[in-house]
Amino acid sequence: MTQTDRIADVWGTRTPYPRDGVWPVRVDSFLEPDVDPETVDWVQTASILHSNGDALDIAVKDGRMVGVRGRAQDRVNHGRLGPKDLFGWQANGSRERLTRPLVRRDGELVEAGWDEAMDRIVTRTRELLDEQGPSALGFYTTGQLFLEEYYTLGVLAHGGLGTNHVDGNTRLCTATAAAALKESFGCDGQPGSYTDIDHADVIALWGHNMAETQTVLWMRVLDRLAGPNPPEVVCVDPRPTPVARAATVHLAPRPGTNVALMNGLLHEIIRNDWVDHTYVESHAVGFDELAERVRGYPPEKVARICDVPEDDVREAARILGTTDRLLSTVLQGFYQSHQATAAAVQVNNIHLVRGMLGRPGCGLLQMNGQPTAQNTREAGADGDLPGFRNWSNDAHIADLAKVWNVDPMEIPHYSPPTHVMKMVRYAEEGSIRMLWVQATNPAVSLPELARIRSLLSQERLFLVVQDIFLTETAELADVVLPAATWGEKTGTFTNADRTVHLSEKAVDPPGEARPDLEIFLDYARRLDLRDKDGGPLVHWHDPESAFEAWKKCSRGRPCDYSGLSYDALRQGSGIQWPCTEDSPEGTERLYADGQFFAAPDYCESYGRDMVTGAPLEPTEYRAMNPEGRAIIKAAEYLPPHELPSEDFPLQLITGRTVYHFHTRTKTGRVPQLQAAAPDVWVEISTADADLLALTEGDLAEITTPRGSVRARVRVTGIREGVVFLPFHYGYWDVGAPGADGAGRAANELTITEWDPASKQPIFKTAAARVRKIDGAAGPPASAPTTTASAPASGPAAPTRGGDAALADERIDGGTR
Amino acid sequence: MKIGLVLKELHRSENDLAHELLQAADRHKVDHEVFHVAQDLAAWSQRHVREIAAIGERYGQSLDPEPEGEAHAAAKLLDKGSELLGRARTPGLLLLRDLRMLHMKAAGVSVDWEMLAQAAQGIKHTDLLAVAQRCHPDTLRQLRWANAMLKESSTQILIS
Repeated sequence: MTQTDRIADVWGTRTPYPRDGVWPVRVDSFLEPDVDPETVDWVQTASILHSNGDALDIAVKDGRMVGVRGRAQDRVNHGRLGPKDLFGWQANGSRERLTRPLVRRDGELVEAGWDEAMDRIVTRTRELLDEQGPSALGFYTTGQLFLEEYYTLGVLAHGGLGTNHVDGNTRLCTATAAAALKESFGCDGQPGSYTDIDHADVIALWGHNMAETQTVLWMRVLDRLAGPNPPEVVCVDPRPTPVARAATVHLAPRPGTNVALMNGLLHEIIRNDWVDHTYVESHAVGFDELAERVRGYPPEKVARICDVPEDDVREAARILGTTDRLLSTVLQGFYQSHQATAAAVQVNNIHLVRGMLGRPGCGLLQMNGQPTAQNTREAGADGDLPGFRNWSNDAHIADLAKVWNVDPMEIPHYSPPTHVMKMVRYAEEGSIRMLWVQATNPAVSLPELARIRSLLSQERLFLVVQDIFLTETAELADVVLPAATWGEKTGTFTNADRTVHLSEKAVDPPGEARPDLEIFLDYARRLDLRDKDGGPLVHWHDPESAFEAWKKCSRGRPCDYSGLSYDALRQGSGIQWPCTEDSPEGTERLYADGQFFAAPDYCESYGRDMVTGAPLEPTEYRAMNPEGRAIIKAAEYLPPHELPSEDFPLQLITGRTVYHFHTRTKTGRVPQLQAAAPDVWVEISTADADLLALTEGDLAEITTPRGSVRARVRVTGIREGVVFLPFHYGYWDVGAPGADGAGRAANELTITEWDPASKQPIFKTAAARVRKIDGAAGPPASAPTTTASAPASGPAAPTRGGDAALADERIDGGTR
Repeated sequence: MKIGLVLKELHRSENDLAHELLQAADRHKVDHEVFHVAQDLAAWSQRHVREIAAIGERYGQSLDPEPEGEAHAAAKLLDKGSELLGRARTPGLLLLRDLRMLHMKAAGVSVDWEMLAQAAQGIKHTDLLAVAQRCHPDTLRQLRWANAMLKESSTQILIS
């Protein structure tokens, strides 16, 4: 047993292993001082502060959470935990938790009982249904509730109320992952497995700073890199991330040019004929169009568009093109950038033309950003229909109507589901008149905050916020519902490699706070939602009965849960879907035999035009892909819509740091995490800093056509012409923007624009300028030194957690 | 041979479509997807204008390769107007009207390309056929976009 400062040493001690070896177990734990692990109860769960799905047990003593320990037997983490897993649970015990419902009375939010709060919501719902119908109602949910809760929300909103306005904040993090999978494979569903890291010879990370977004997965990569026959790493990222530092080839393209870069790589792969023609001919359509399209992107041209060395493009292509085992992972550098879906689809294309799918080490991970985002997508809470049913396939609607026992006309399917940016537009123009926000904070996390705040504050909009803290959004609400969170309620959730975990209730929620499922069940009951025979539409009453209802709904669909049960998850640990009676152990990789879910009658989506966003008609899809093969979809590069100019010569990108999650509502209340990254900073390259006479710690103002933010300067190895702001910082702990008008939230600056295919907002291509605020020289920026924000040189106190951040590591030497 | 006439008409109708797409972008600046995508789609029509002018010589047509003026002074005023109108109910109907008009104009351009391609095949002019084969798919995408946006937007606008 060793003790490690897990703020200073984010990834902990190395346990090297060889290719095709078994990743050793390392059990990480962190308990309150003086707690004896032998005297506590351990309650099974998994991490809720990122998408990796690290399995862990909560230590409970005298009805309180007192610590956590990684689950050695789990396939995802083999006992390991990241900093947010180790310390994040302390937020549950914050004194600032909401404990009673609040209602707005005479302009003020005041405490109320549950009856009064729910009655206000139900009364307003009924009024709006009478006056306007379901088009007046919108639901904006999250990637942090449980599967049972999403499914219930989807049923009551789609099947009960009949509104098409349901989306999750997964729109901001994972919509492009889903869209790219639908474009290439006709259906959502992660092809790869985390175990592909054990077998890969090349790992390519496309806009994915895995070291900070999925720390435990990165530990797995680091352990391969430290062992015999390590993989080569290809990294695409404009920042000097830990991934970039470990890379064989690091490409740092100009923001907004990913499609050009991908086309250049595909150009080289096809020109050198590193193509698996047998695979392509048997399992895919569209290769000829791709070959034709990428012919226009030779490396010398791509090098100019992206401003990367031509030789690096060729070298990266050679590595990708000549390996026998390629693993790719994709995240926000692609998903939140210009031409998001088109770029992510080109990663799929590399795997298709190289036949690198469904075998050990040949994996594709279109990652998620949030812990339960996969469930938002599969259970129908992001607007899509549950079980990956196709909204434009009438047979799927009929099938779903049968499961719910409603008339097919009750389920809105006349057009694509309304995505959140469209919902806020409808709220702005006044046609959505009630918006119910759950476990997300749009007043800090959506683009162009001045606009968002203004439209959420409209008197004519009835805003309901269901959360665990009084967020910036909750402060604008008409009714605030206090929710129970992870550790205080039971349910399941699914990580980015389809691993389903059970998360059990460990302690009671504070005060009168209630599980989200109970809130939804109560709403459905009060509205008296019925099926077509007069029975209750939502006929379940607790998490396990909701899970059983969901199993029935998922049966026969790609995300088949029918072989899973709470008991099976309790007896073991995480299990990957699809899991049926025939495959009770789950399924490690999809598409193992080159068979896809893409048949016209079965697929989730007919796809979209990746430039215009127009959905394909069923007949078009059937003609293009009658046999249900994978679809190789080519894309032309288009320049970003907001380019640098004389007034705004730089490009702003936003992103996260390893120590925080979203708008810090939880992590900002955890001492170790808050101390590691207490305030906003701005990263700028050495060359740009010299030009602007900026040095470490200077106060700078970053301005775009939308607004201004003030932040301390950190000079780093980020590519020239690019500035970076972390998106975590809002106003709940520092008050509203100051008299100078400059804010702290990065989204004061971002542009209102989204990818036409995935509808994911673009946070990574705003034109910006930076100026020094004179006379405000201060301490070094509070940016972590352990991460992508490490200083290029010069003074900056190293990020340390000290005694408060000492966590245990137990390496057995054995295997799990 | 009347191919020159078809080219002349296409030159006019593509210029017109580009102009209308840019106008629609300006009018619906607060409908951000329309604003951005319509500009991208206008660029396609402008590219077509250049291609048509380049091949027009051979059919006795002297056509301006430069697409007609795009950024005009009125655009900024329209931007402001669009922002102010953003909170009103009527822009919804205005949007539907514009999408309907774009759909019809794109349909007109599409049948022009169809006629041109038929003629090119009849007289085996492969260069002319290649131009039609390069450009016509773009027109069909413009057409589908207008249709898809109508489909996506009309329910909310008409029933609320």
